[in-house]
Amino acid sequence: MSDPILEVRNLKKYFKTSRGMLHAVDDISFTIERGKTLGLVGESGCGKSTTGRAILRLIEPTSGEVIFEGVDICKLSGEQMRKKRKDMQIIFQDPFSSLDPKKTVNQIIAEPIRENRIIRDKHKREDRVLELMETVGLAERLINTYPHELDGGRRQRIGIARALAMEPKIIICDEPVSALDVSIQAQILNLLKELQESMGLTYIFITHDLAAVNHFSDDITVMYLGKIVEKAPVEDLFTNPIHPYTRALLSAIPVPDLSEKRRRISLKGEITSPVNLPDECRFAPRCYECIDRCRQGIPPLVEVAPNHFVSCFVHS
Amino acid sequence: MTKNNNGLILEVNNLVVRYETMDGIVRAVNGIDLKLGYKRTLGLVGETGAGKTTTALALLRLVPDPPGIVECEKLEIDGENILTFDSDKLDQIRGKDISMIFQDPMTALNPVYTVGEQIAESIELHEHVSKTEALKRAGDMLELVGIPRSRANDYPHQFSGGMKQRVVIAIALACNPQLLLADEPTTALDVTIQAQVLELMHELKEKYNTSMIMITHDLGIVAEICDEVAVMYAGRIVEEGTLEKVFNHTKHPYTEGLFNSLPNVKDRKAKLKPIKGLMPDPMDLPPGCAFAPRCDYATEACTQKVPTLTSIDEAHRVACIRYDEPDFHIERRILS
Repeated sequence: MSDPILEVRNLKKYFKTSRGMLHAVDDISFTIERGKTLGLVGESGCGKSTTGRAILRLIEPTSGEVIFEGVDICKLSGEQMRKKRKDMQIIFQDPFSSLDPKKTVNQIIAEPIRENRIIRDKHKREDRVLELMETVGLAERLINTYPHELDGGRRQRIGIARALAMEPKIIICDEPVSALDVSIQAQILNLLKELQESMGLTYIFITHDLAAVNHFSDDITVMYLGKIVEKAPVEDLFTNPIHPYTRALLSAIPVPDLSEKRRRISLKGEITSPVNLPDECRFAPRCYECIDRCRQGIPPLVEVAPNHFVSCFVHS
Repeated sequence: MTKNNNGLILEVNNLVVRYETMDGIVRAVNGIDLKLGYKRTLGLVGETGAGKTTTALALLRLVPDPPGIVECEKLEIDGENILTFDSDKLDQIRGKDISMIFQDPMTALNPVYTVGEQIAESIELHEHVSKTEALKRAGDMLELVGIPRSRANDYPHQFSGGMKQRVVIAIALACNPQLLLADEPTTALDVTIQAQVLELMHELKEKYNTSMIMITHDLGIVAEICDEVAVMYAGRIVEEGTLEKVFNHTKHPYTEGLFNSLPNVKDRKAKLKPIKGLMPDPMDLPPGCAFAPRCDYATEACTQKVPTLTSIDEAHRVACIRYDEPDFHIERRILS
């Protein structure tokens, strides 16, 4: 039944700054089932991208375990990790800066295949590139073009083809559609969904766009200032959000529907600095339901309903 | 100002903007008409390259020339023909009668001046008050947008993105303009901060009776803040009308496509229906209706002639030759 492909345990990533310790990711744990999508949601500075990078060890976690198919990859040597990364790929947010401007589409997509010595023959490699291009919906004629000649949607398709080149098992999608226009966003979201169905891929979908994540994910984890505040299956989270932050976040999405008159929960102030945090609920300074207890410690993540976890003194 | 304006703060007829570059002519805006009543908010909607920002810049006469060439039959703001203004006169109205909130607060502010000085600048210029008085009023403006006046002596880099956008709004509103052009004012912000800023803009607009053009690609924001909508595609308005007409009685296939591309918060199983293909190159627009190559309803006739914006009723206009055919209807995914 349960077949977890990736388990993150007590992952921490702190950065040393001149003003003190910056708690980018502060002791988070979650599990993803094979073939599913986990949505990692939050606003700028909540640590969602750092989490994505720490899972791939693109930045070294400060502590914690990342167990991929039963192996703690944090303990792997550089060479072992290099091999492991074939199974774990990433798609970046900005298709303008994540592609080398001096390489052609062919070179960009072929690079991981060549570097990992998967196909040594140049012509066979090109065949594979064409195959990947077809998979992601890029016309064959674009094989020798450069990224600057292409629009954002096509560039993001190159990023996806490059990630698929290694036949990964899990792909971390870090805001893959945020930089794209609405009509192109839908094209890319549909493509990612089709690829998941045909290849059995597992996704971690990092985003601030709750509408997209709702459409896309099986489970959702909401982060605030390096901590998980709520995690739940997607239907639960949208129909029954519990944490005050999740509720405010959901109420803040502008909905293009005139029949819907919602009550907006408006938050005061802005996200506090993640440096030298006091020992209290991270959301307390902005919370509209804050009680004394919230200022006296960090609330644990408690299961309030089956698979629905909340970190809040008021609601658990 | 003279009040010979039919109750309109803004009237534009046949605005055309093109950029003549070495590579060819970029046709950014291809003949649009705009009418905006006092205290009304118009949402100008469209995707990258639709010509939204160029339109706003043309209204302020800020399109760089060369390479930009602006042609317009009529451009009146509060009954004044802006086309006849020289640069001195334009300086007098920019920031006073008409001002703009730019998209990116990170680049719209000058990094070497304090935010107080930047707000005071336009007050000093337009209201002819002393620097001390202008700085005092800048402090008032900061408080108005929810920033303590003690921060007037801070520099932009000391503020977060949301705070910087508040400063940009304070600058735009400092001289109480009659017409505000807001170019994607919340696109760079987080959703909870976006909610705060939209609420603030709404309050201030009510308080000062400002008319506004809200440029955005987000139909959710339009639903929240606008009275009227104009949907732009390839430099033309393809559909316009009251919020209710455009949202609930959509007539143009492109507007339909925009709605159907959005993930639906209510129904997560619904498959997204993207608009096929890409926005046309403004240097090489297709003949006839510019949307025809991407349109599921297009016929041979659509590629023959540019459709004109036709009134369906007094509150709704569409530029599509097929809209009144008996068997033609738009398939809007049910939203609620």
